[in-house]
Amino acid sequence: MAGLRDLYQEVILEHSKVPRNYREMAGADHKAEGFNPLCGDRFTVYLDLEGETIRDISFLGSGCAISKASASMMTQILKGKTRADADKLFGKFHDLVTGQGHPSEAEMGKLAVFSGVSEFPARVKCATLAWHTLQAALEGQQDAVSTE
Amino acid sequence: MTVLANVSVPHSSDQDTRSYNVERIRADFPILHQNVHGHPLVYLDNAATTQKPRQVIDAISHYYERDNANIHRGVHTLSQRATDAYEHARRTAQEFLGAGDCREIIFVRSSTEAINLVAQTYGRKNLKPGDEVLISAMEHHSNIVPWQMICEEKQAKLRVAPINEAGELVLEDFERLLTSKTKLVAIAHLSNALGTINPVRQIVEMAHAKGIPVMVDGAQAAPRLPVNVRELDCDFYAFSGHKIYGPTGIGVLYGKLALLEAMPPYQGGGDMISSVAFERTVYNKVPHKFEAGTPDISGPIGLKAALDYVTRLGIENIERHENELLEYATKRVSALSGIRLIGTAKEKAGVLSFVMEGVHPHDIGTILDQDGIAIRTGHHCAQPVMERYGIPATARASLGLYNTKEEIDALVRGIKKVQEVFG
Repeated sequence: MAGLRDLYQEVILEHSKVPRNYREMAGADHKAEGFNPLCGDRFTVYLDLEGETIRDISFLGSGCAISKASASMMTQILKGKTRADADKLFGKFHDLVTGQGHPSEAEMGKLAVFSGVSEFPARVKCATLAWHTLQAALEGQQDAVSTE
Repeated sequence: MTVLANVSVPHSSDQDTRSYNVERIRADFPILHQNVHGHPLVYLDNAATTQKPRQVIDAISHYYERDNANIHRGVHTLSQRATDAYEHARRTAQEFLGAGDCREIIFVRSSTEAINLVAQTYGRKNLKPGDEVLISAMEHHSNIVPWQMICEEKQAKLRVAPINEAGELVLEDFERLLTSKTKLVAIAHLSNALGTINPVRQIVEMAHAKGIPVMVDGAQAAPRLPVNVRELDCDFYAFSGHKIYGPTGIGVLYGKLALLEAMPPYQGGGDMISSVAFERTVYNKVPHKFEAGTPDISGPIGLKAALDYVTRLGIENIERHENELLEYATKRVSALSGIRLIGTAKEKAGVLSFVMEGVHPHDIGTILDQDGIAIRTGHHCAQPVMERYGIPATARASLGLYNTKEEIDALVRGIKKVQEVFG
């Protein structure tokens, strides 16, 4: 059960059950859809940018506990941050869930709860789906991004 | 002219078909005897692929150790052995399907390739603008996309017969969709996502009454139901080796001889010709017309060993064994709170698809895997089926001839643990 508890930490379960910023954004100036064709997870990420700053961010869609909690916590942490902050944090988050680098808890903040994902390689795509979708939204990509 | 190919491999267990001894059967499957994450492997992903008995593994090794050579060409002894083994496998597949003629058996890579072959040859030759191909709403992507591709090319239309809430084909609607425009019906014998067994005999009768040929996707049915293509009277039947305890990369297309002879070749190359000049090529006879290039020779040899294995156990015995397990699993899993079964057809086999309230199938799969239990989670290459039920995915346990009640008990314990984690 230890590995499972590392993956499904209370914070993750709680966010997956009650996702934050889980709404459509009428005035979004950027949005993108992302999906994982292997499991059918599908999210839309909405952004409201003011210059380089993320004034508002929200998401909608369906997916597993990991992907939903990741999307929820991503929106929470990025509100008020710049595009450059978001890029940098995605890089660190990617390192964290793939077990490549070992970003410190100080760097990761609340996102450190996703460190357990690195023990479950099949679930890395779940954890990063929202982030890939965010990137597509920031880049103004029109087509849905896919994890494949 | 029979040179002894010496391909038969001694059987470790000649099964007594009257008593189905699952422990003795399991002894034939080396892979089953291992721990995963510290728990004995419980393999319940048989609709995705099945495990291979020692007899299949040995047949393939034996071929590469003793008989490997190219086929249909050489005069030397090894080539003759390899050719004999390959063609012997064709006769075994013919007998397994109850086909009347071994020329009606074409070796392909998989059921998917078999369907593509029919779409690209029979379809390309016979479809005209405005014509229709009729499939059902429970098809695997491999029995949808090849038809979409050829329909688009030929400006023909793909029609879809609906299913009801239980996951059964609505026969009245199906019959209504058979019109003078319908040029082919393509339908699964057994649904991979729902477990529904389609009434193929009745479907063929309905279609034939209007002169429409029927292609049956037998990928899931061949490993768990008796199949006789002459009794079904279907025009084409496809199945995959790896789903019937044989190797990956080999599949079988059965087609009625007259249809196959009238069809153009699929791919060009060696073996599918009788003579080649730059001005004109004369194609080989069926089945070779459809088998261009050096094939996967070890594939049919491994497949033959698998079909022999299944036949020795008796497909009726396998069917009975899996039905008992499915009944037991259905009873136990549906008794758990918050579980909804997807696919509750009266005629069902091998597959238990379900969703759990508040828990995504992916999370179920990960938690079960920690206890060594392998199931499939996702859309099962049947996204339209998921759409029909308004769900993104299901968790699917699928049975094989070696599964046991104890493994179903492990599955139930695993599901309870999922509920605990998410509680």
